[in-house]
Amino acid sequence: MSEPAALPPVRTIAAWRVLLRGAGVLLALFTFCFWAAKGYHRGWTQNQVPVKQVDPVTELEFVTYEKRFVPGLDYLGGGILVGTLLFGATFVGRRSPTPPSA
Amino acid sequence: MTHALRSIAFAGFTIISAVASPRTFDFKDPKGVNAIQFQLDSVLEPIAGTASDVTGQVTFDSADITSTRGEIEVAAKSLKVPNDTMTEHLVSAGWVDAEKHPEINFEFAKLDDVKSAGEGKWTAVANGKFTLKGVTKDVSVPVSLSYLPGQAGKRINKPELGGDLLVVRGNFSISRADFGIKPGQNEDKVAPVIQLTFGLVGTAPQS
Repeated sequence: MSEPAALPPVRTIAAWRVLLRGAGVLLALFTFCFWAAKGYHRGWTQNQVPVKQVDPVTELEFVTYEKRFVPGLDYLGGGILVGTLLFGATFVGRRSPTPPSA
Repeated sequence: MTHALRSIAFAGFTIISAVASPRTFDFKDPKGVNAIQFQLDSVLEPIAGTASDVTGQVTFDSADITSTRGEIEVAAKSLKVPNDTMTEHLVSAGWVDAEKHPEINFEFAKLDDVKSAGEGKWTAVANGKFTLKGVTKDVSVPVSLSYLPGQAGKRINKPELGGDLLVVRGNFSISRADFGIKPGQNEDKVAPVIQLTFGLVGTAPQS
């Protein structure tokens, strides 16, 4: 009777990597959902939204600003980029599993 | 009889003089409607904003439109776009340098090519000098004028005050390089041409 062959080592992922991956995915998802919920604005992020009005006597059109945050494509891109970097950081410095000895 | 005719003639002359004499309109609007709107193409979408701190005076004579002259000033610090960071960049030294050059100015001495566009309305070309970031250039601005006699008081819910309004609309474009605003830089990101549109109202008190 021969000895049973040794099982290959179990690949484990450090907890911080799991957490960081989760945070990266959540951040990207949150950014996308927030951007979508705020109206899919495909321009620059706005801190103040221009509102057009008309003066009734002169019929002049003028702009007032309403304090409101509208995320734009720069916000979306930034959030997804940071999320991806967090996710990608978990692969940095990871040791490859030692091959089973013959 | 002769005395009565003289009195009527004098009264008539006085009224005509009052109506036809040049009036000075103040363009600091109590309702804050006056603004210059600007727009320049960029990646994603055009950058559009306003400059709302407008002052100035225009002398206007409804009997002689060509003699219209005046000066409009805009506080450079009042430039504003919907993104606060962009606004900071816009008024910074790299762009309009509002600290060093606080006024944007347009001055014109007469109107050319005046055409009637209906009762109390005209189109014309204002040839004048436009100053931005300390650089002055000659510009031709197509404008439309609307004269609204007796409407100033009504506009601020005080009809008893009377007074006249002069509404001036127009648009023109400038090259930012001409005014030392990042000449030749970032033209792939921000267009070299700035489009300016304005709708301004001036008030003259009841004479």
